[in-house]
Amino acid sequence: MANVIRRQTPAARLLRVVLYGVLIVAGLFYALPLIVMLMTSIKPLSEISAGTLLSLPQNPTLEPWTKAWGEACTGMRCEGVGGYFWNSFAIVIPAVLISTTVGALNGYALTKWRFKGSELVFALMLFGCFIPFQVVLLPMAQTLGWLGLSSSRAGLILVHVVFGIAFTTLFFRNFYVGVPNELVSAAKLDGAGFFRIFWRILLPVSAPIIVVSVIWQFTQIWNDFLFGVAFSAHNTQPVTVALNNLVNTSTGVREYNVDMAAAMIAALPTLVVYVLAGKYFVRGLTAGSVKG
Amino acid sequence: MSEPTTRTAVQPTASGWLQAWLPRLVLAPSVAVSLFFVYGFMLWTFVLSLTSSRMLPSYDFVGFGQYARLMANERWWVASTNLMVFGVLFIAICLVIGALLAILLDQKIRQEGALRTIYLYPMALSFIVTGVVWKWLLNPQLGIQAMVQSWGFESFRFDWIVNPDMAIYTLVIAAVWQASGFVMALFLAGLRGIDDSIVKAAQLDGASLPRIYWRVVMPCLRPVVFSAVMILAHIAIKSFDLVVALTGGGPGYATDLPATFMYTHAFNRAQIGLGSASAMLMLGGVLAILIPYLYSELRSRKHG
Repeated sequence: MANVIRRQTPAARLLRVVLYGVLIVAGLFYALPLIVMLMTSIKPLSEISAGTLLSLPQNPTLEPWTKAWGEACTGMRCEGVGGYFWNSFAIVIPAVLISTTVGALNGYALTKWRFKGSELVFALMLFGCFIPFQVVLLPMAQTLGWLGLSSSRAGLILVHVVFGIAFTTLFFRNFYVGVPNELVSAAKLDGAGFFRIFWRILLPVSAPIIVVSVIWQFTQIWNDFLFGVAFSAHNTQPVTVALNNLVNTSTGVREYNVDMAAAMIAALPTLVVYVLAGKYFVRGLTAGSVKG
Repeated sequence: MSEPTTRTAVQPTASGWLQAWLPRLVLAPSVAVSLFFVYGFMLWTFVLSLTSSRMLPSYDFVGFGQYARLMANERWWVASTNLMVFGVLFIAICLVIGALLAILLDQKIRQEGALRTIYLYPMALSFIVTGVVWKWLLNPQLGIQAMVQSWGFESFRFDWIVNPDMAIYTLVIAAVWQASGFVMALFLAGLRGIDDSIVKAAQLDGASLPRIYWRVVMPCLRPVVFSAVMILAHIAIKSFDLVVALTGGGPGYATDLPATFMYTHAFNRAQIGLGSASAMLMLGGVLAILIPYLYSELRSRKHG
């Protein structure tokens, strides 16, 4: 259809070919590392030393995956990354749920129940989005010790909630600003209370921002390494820390296929989220970082 | 507008009082948490940076001695210089690639959605995963170098990751791979927001396409460039995971960044005072880019 409408001179057609060429080369630049990672993860070790990055697997095997999941050594222990994978979930799920709930209530209170100083409260909390976390590491370590939460999953959940609510509050606040006040005012006149209005009026329209907030928090916390490495012990480590240990543990032959399989395992949950809900992922990235 | 009516509608009873204060009560825990864990901890780290703490925090004050030690520390200068090199290259290359890809994708491309998905997926990965993958690709014996050599280019060299002078650029490559698709998405959103009539008018005036983009479209995207620079600078200053996974700060400490310097000294080398001082300087760096940003945001809001 487009071809019929557009006048196609040879020069324009050539330009079009070049255009697609550049876009595809760029696509390869982004896609190839993942493809190489996937191919390497199903090659036996002998094929890796004999072939090159792009040689196709001749005898594909899932052995590196099972080894990465259940046997590979991460530091002193050789139990694979499987347990740490579930650790990550045990940390991520409560942290995402709590921070999203708190963020929703904060955003609601800040927009629909404005009071003197509510803008200041928002600005105060927003700053938490910007600090380099190195500046809180040492006091956090000591505070977790006092609370008896050192090296525990609960401690990591607390850390992620504390530093996540700045973002979730920002998401919900910016979203609720756009929800008309008339309905809320009418409900207030009818005598509806704080939680009732939230439950009946705001929550039913919040689905898009809840998705954005959950996805943002999920990827942030799943991909976290700094807090994980600073505040966990061997049995509470998230998968990112275990992956890094696995890759840096040297026991005899370097098994690159196992390394890549472990990296795939650590990457899969966020990749799945991205593929299923990419639109919301992008919205979170831009909302979280662009608009104040 | 309806605020006063709402207020008078509330009865001066206990439940009315509760209703009036409930929003504040709901916000109170978050405010308390943020006051303690963000502002309190910043202050706490500052206090630690004024002490001689080593293994454990002690409160034996030495003034700005740790900052003086930091300034005299060669490794800190390596880390700071690295951050400048890494930050400038990372931001500049991401902007160029991001803008270029966005402009090309905006030419009514078939399969635009698929291409966009491919360009952006690295942003969903952990920097640790990115580091592990690129460490494998850049491995001289088994990675890209070996592959190109096997194609017959025997003298091909791409061993930056083990070369102290070049290793910092491998961080740039991996970080650009991860973040440039995101910059593309920002630019694309910006491009889609531009009023077509401006471009049409320029076309009628006989301006060439590259000229239109450079002179007409790019100036409209100023805010996008600005936000992108802020976000990328923020990523650069916080870069820790990528260094740990890709180079481990090595060879030697050739690819140390302030974030890894802080962690190594505070947690592995029993130099809590020095580590705190370096954390404060990182905070200073973030504030130095954040304050002009917030200032311009607030100003543009007042004007707009």
